[in-house]
Amino acid sequence: MRPLRQPTEPVGFWETLDTQMDAQTTHLRGWPRILLGAAAAILVIALAACSGSDFPQSTLHPTSDFGRDIDALYRTILWWAIGVFVVVEAALVVTIIKFRQRRSSKAPQHVHGSTLLEISWTLAPAVVLIFIAVPTIKTIFRTDGTAPEGALQVEVIAHQWWWEFHYPEFGVVTANEMHVPVGRPVALAMTSKDVIHSFWAPKLGGKRDVMPGRTTHIAFTADSVGEVYGQCAEFCGESHANMRMRVVVDDSTGFEAWVARQLAPPAPTDGLSEQEQLGLELYRTRGCIACHTVEGISAGVIGPNLSHVGGRNTIASGILPNTAEGLARWLSDPPTEKPGSLMPRMPMTEDEVAALAAYLLSLN
Amino acid sequence: MASSAPADAMTLRSRIWSWVTTTDHKRIGILYGVSAFAFFLLGGLEALIMRLQLASSDNSIVSAETFNELFTMHGTTMVFLAVMPLSAAFFNFVVPLQIGARDVAFPRLNAFSYWVFLLGGLFMNVSFLVGAAPNAGWFGYANLTSSQFSPGLHVDFWVIGLQVLGVASIAAGINFIVTIVNLRAPGMRLMRMPVFTWMTLVTQFIVVTAFPVITVALVFLMFDRTFGTNFYSVAAGGDVLLWQHLFWLFGHPEVYILILPAMGIISEVVPTFSRKPLFGYAVVVYSGLLIAILGWGVWAHHMFQVGLGPIADSVFAATTMLIAIPTGVKIFNWIATMWGGNLKFTTAMLFAIGFIAMFIIGGLSGVMHSSPPADLQQTDTYFVVAHFHYVLVGGAVLGLFAGIYYWWPKVFGRMLSESIGKWHFWLTVIGANLTFFPMHFIGLLGMPRRIYTYDAALGLDTMNLLATIGAFAMALGTLVFVGNVVWTWKKGEAAPANPWDGAMLEWTMPSPPPVYNFSVIPKVKSRLPLWSEDGYEPKPLPQEPPGPIHLPDGSYWPAAAAVGIIVAATGLLTGSLWVSLAGVGVLVVSIYAWALEPFEV
Amino acid sequence: MTHADATHHTSTGLDSRKIGMWTFIGSECLLFGSLISTYLVYQGKSVTGPTTHEILNIPLTSISTFVLLMSSLAMVLALAAVTRGDTLWTRVWLAATSVLGLMFLGFQVYEFMSFVHEGLTLQTNLFGSTFFVLTGTHGAHVAVGVLWLLSLLVRSFQGKLGADKALNVELAGLYWHFVDVVWIVIFTVVYLLQ
Repeated sequence: MRPLRQPTEPVGFWETLDTQMDAQTTHLRGWPRILLGAAAAILVIALAACSGSDFPQSTLHPTSDFGRDIDALYRTILWWAIGVFVVVEAALVVTIIKFRQRRSSKAPQHVHGSTLLEISWTLAPAVVLIFIAVPTIKTIFRTDGTAPEGALQVEVIAHQWWWEFHYPEFGVVTANEMHVPVGRPVALAMTSKDVIHSFWAPKLGGKRDVMPGRTTHIAFTADSVGEVYGQCAEFCGESHANMRMRVVVDDSTGFEAWVARQLAPPAPTDGLSEQEQLGLELYRTRGCIACHTVEGISAGVIGPNLSHVGGRNTIASGILPNTAEGLARWLSDPPTEKPGSLMPRMPMTEDEVAALAAYLLSLN
Repeated sequence: MASSAPADAMTLRSRIWSWVTTTDHKRIGILYGVSAFAFFLLGGLEALIMRLQLASSDNSIVSAETFNELFTMHGTTMVFLAVMPLSAAFFNFVVPLQIGARDVAFPRLNAFSYWVFLLGGLFMNVSFLVGAAPNAGWFGYANLTSSQFSPGLHVDFWVIGLQVLGVASIAAGINFIVTIVNLRAPGMRLMRMPVFTWMTLVTQFIVVTAFPVITVALVFLMFDRTFGTNFYSVAAGGDVLLWQHLFWLFGHPEVYILILPAMGIISEVVPTFSRKPLFGYAVVVYSGLLIAILGWGVWAHHMFQVGLGPIADSVFAATTMLIAIPTGVKIFNWIATMWGGNLKFTTAMLFAIGFIAMFIIGGLSGVMHSSPPADLQQTDTYFVVAHFHYVLVGGAVLGLFAGIYYWWPKVFGRMLSESIGKWHFWLTVIGANLTFFPMHFIGLLGMPRRIYTYDAALGLDTMNLLATIGAFAMALGTLVFVGNVVWTWKKGEAAPANPWDGAMLEWTMPSPPPVYNFSVIPKVKSRLPLWSEDGYEPKPLPQEPPGPIHLPDGSYWPAAAAVGIIVAATGLLTGSLWVSLAGVGVLVVSIYAWALEPFEV
Repeated sequence: MTHADATHHTSTGLDSRKIGMWTFIGSECLLFGSLISTYLVYQGKSVTGPTTHEILNIPLTSISTFVLLMSSLAMVLALAAVTRGDTLWTRVWLAATSVLGLMFLGFQVYEFMSFVHEGLTLQTNLFGSTFFVLTGTHGAHVAVGVLWLLSLLVRSFQGKLGADKALNVELAGLYWHFVDVVWIVIFTVVYLLQ
């Protein structure tokens, strides 16, 4: 197992915008001022957008070895790219300024080429590419999805448009929110029930397509506790945009507690409040049981397993908060919240929706 | 001669008929240009609606379904109906003039290509009117496109429409290869050809080799959907990756089909306005060839995220990085062409410089994608959207606009307004950078492409709004261009034969050129027929034909054959055998009539 | 005369139509290459039968392959005849080529029908899909070739296929030989290298 590293802040990232916009746009008299103004405006707004808030789905703030390996490689390539960018755009700008038309100038000398120059600017990019290729290939082999012995195995099954997670080690089945322990390698084995999807939780590393008829792999070791956003990255039909997920990285005691909670039988039905009791009745009679599993109550397999749905942070694959309010919104009209959703709109009164939501939240 | 009667004496009907039956490469070029520009506006409108939807999180201007149709048709339209046929407009108009020919090798096949393209494009867009526009993305990954997951006509419009367009492209490809190989004026050796003609030749070689591959992929898909075959059926043991391999075997060369013509245009415009010959002509030509050849060996870099294994990843990373070398060489040669020149910043030259400046960015982000681990974070996000728009808007579109400003006087005999043109240029370039530069960050910060809505928690609202504003700036720029065309139509000054002091043969004849192009086929003695060693030296050729020059009359059979194809396609779409057979019947009759009509006078 | 320019002095000295046909054939190579590659990729991947071993009739197809090869020979002789202005033998060999082509198509129709009878259709399995689409595409090319040859035969009977039009026959011949060569590849890949 690799040592845990402290997360670091990204450096030198926004400067690129500055250089690029400047070099882009200083061509001619009259225009540079406007252009510089525009570039500065972009920069200011972008910086404002960057500094204030957090980016829960960022590739630039990795929290796993897989993510960090890619990030380090990306930064190496980025610096080479910035270097090449500055040199070439500067050459362009200098040429434009130096040789702009002057009234006095004579017809230019006709030069048809220079073997030496042309060989050198063929070789120069080749050399730069070697500096990119070597770390690239090293990283390819380091991040090829093979996990060390003793990794936590998680089977990922993608559906239009939600995620199913199996933990064979514990016999746990859950949906849309994957819990993993910090510091322990995790090995994902992924397949799809329908079309091609792509598993992507950017802070934990790169995406990998999830395909029907094939099994693909990702391996990572998360190095900091917290909730990471993720989302399907391969267009998979009408509600592709709504196929989101969360990966919750727990400390080891938190993870054990979570597993224990998943393994515990669902809440006893006799301890329910009156509203929750009504919700259970609705769950049984309004078709929910055809598609969903709640251990001891129903065994549907078309939709997500709801045995412990009350313990999740979000509902409907990460598009709504798992609160009484969010659940009510989802339950009263699934096809509006998630176009194309298999879950139909069930005719229910507001009170009934609230009762069903209360029941689901009780499934801790 | 078809157009010997004065235009104003012709009735509207006969004027339209003369365009339908024309086989003149110049008129077909204009038809291509006008149609492609109309599709370009349509694709741009689709983009604007998408940008409005994405201007803020959780927006609901369009539905998920509509958004999916919009991005599918935006991509399909811009690639197949805007950029490719706009390039074809230049192939048609410029190449025969540059090589000293009176027309292309097969003028009627040329007309046929155009009509098939136009009808195929309309066919695909009719899908909007019947509420079934394609909605599976421009690369339509199996098995989302199967009838199980994509019921209805959406994907059928796409799969049949693309096959029709493929016919047009391959026919045009063969035509231009033969034209360039065989119809060059005496003395126009291969290594004396203008670089635009060279890049056309290279592009057409890619077209005739790449399009059969996607045709096969599309036939499989069509058979799966129509006849229940198993090519992409997982249940029957089929592999969903078969589609991806076939698609990208075509799809990556297609990228060079889109960009090489623009590179050819830049290689004409930059020397003209630098008053210097192209630096390293041979290297620019060879690097174009090399890009085309290497372009066949890199397709799997579109598939790094499927997990091809470390060996395949490494190989395709290496081949992809190699392509950066000839591409870089071209950029250095353009800059070296300007170095020591006497640069004249016409609108055409500004667009050419804009091309170079923006293509550098697109090329560098391309190198980032060539690294598989980095690509795993970037592909299918807005980062890759930024990348290919820098290449296709910053590259292809700016290059094509450079060509429009450069050759407009030759095509229409009037000068586009330079002052309006500069507004057009700056709005386009600023708009494009404002749209696409933030997309790098939007992608790196976690926004996948092809999503109709996104979570406010991602923190990407401001940058998305910027991109939307940029898109509208580009749209304004395009409107300014339309204004320029209207202004020029009414008040533009007449163009002389060689307004820019260009070096190539197209500038030897009046603007617009007579229907027979060259009164006397020129004898070519150098790479720069109109320039001497010391610089520009006008050598106009005699303008009056020495004797009568016979040109073939027009023919309506190419258009009729195209109609037959589109009728057959409609039959396929609607599952009507009789309509299909009627279409094939029209096609067969047209081909026989075409083969037997006395065309060569 | 624009197009006379093309025939009289071209950059390569070759007729444009001939270069066009070669280019078309190059394009077709990629078409059949993709079809054959797909067949190979899916070989042995079918989850149900019938399989190649159970169903392919090599002796029968060897005969039809021989027929197609002979048609190429007839095609060569037709071109030789038209080039020397021999109208009678032009007609004989064009007719022979067409008939041999039709025989090949007959064999193919028989083969397809017997396969369907034995339970192999487009839909049955991957083998069925790849086999029928590959050989069907080839068969369609043969059919177009036969139509072309018959059209030339008609032109000959109209007295419009003299030695000056030998190129028309040569172009059809180029196409015909290409289609023949493609069949050799398909026969080897599909029937011999199971």
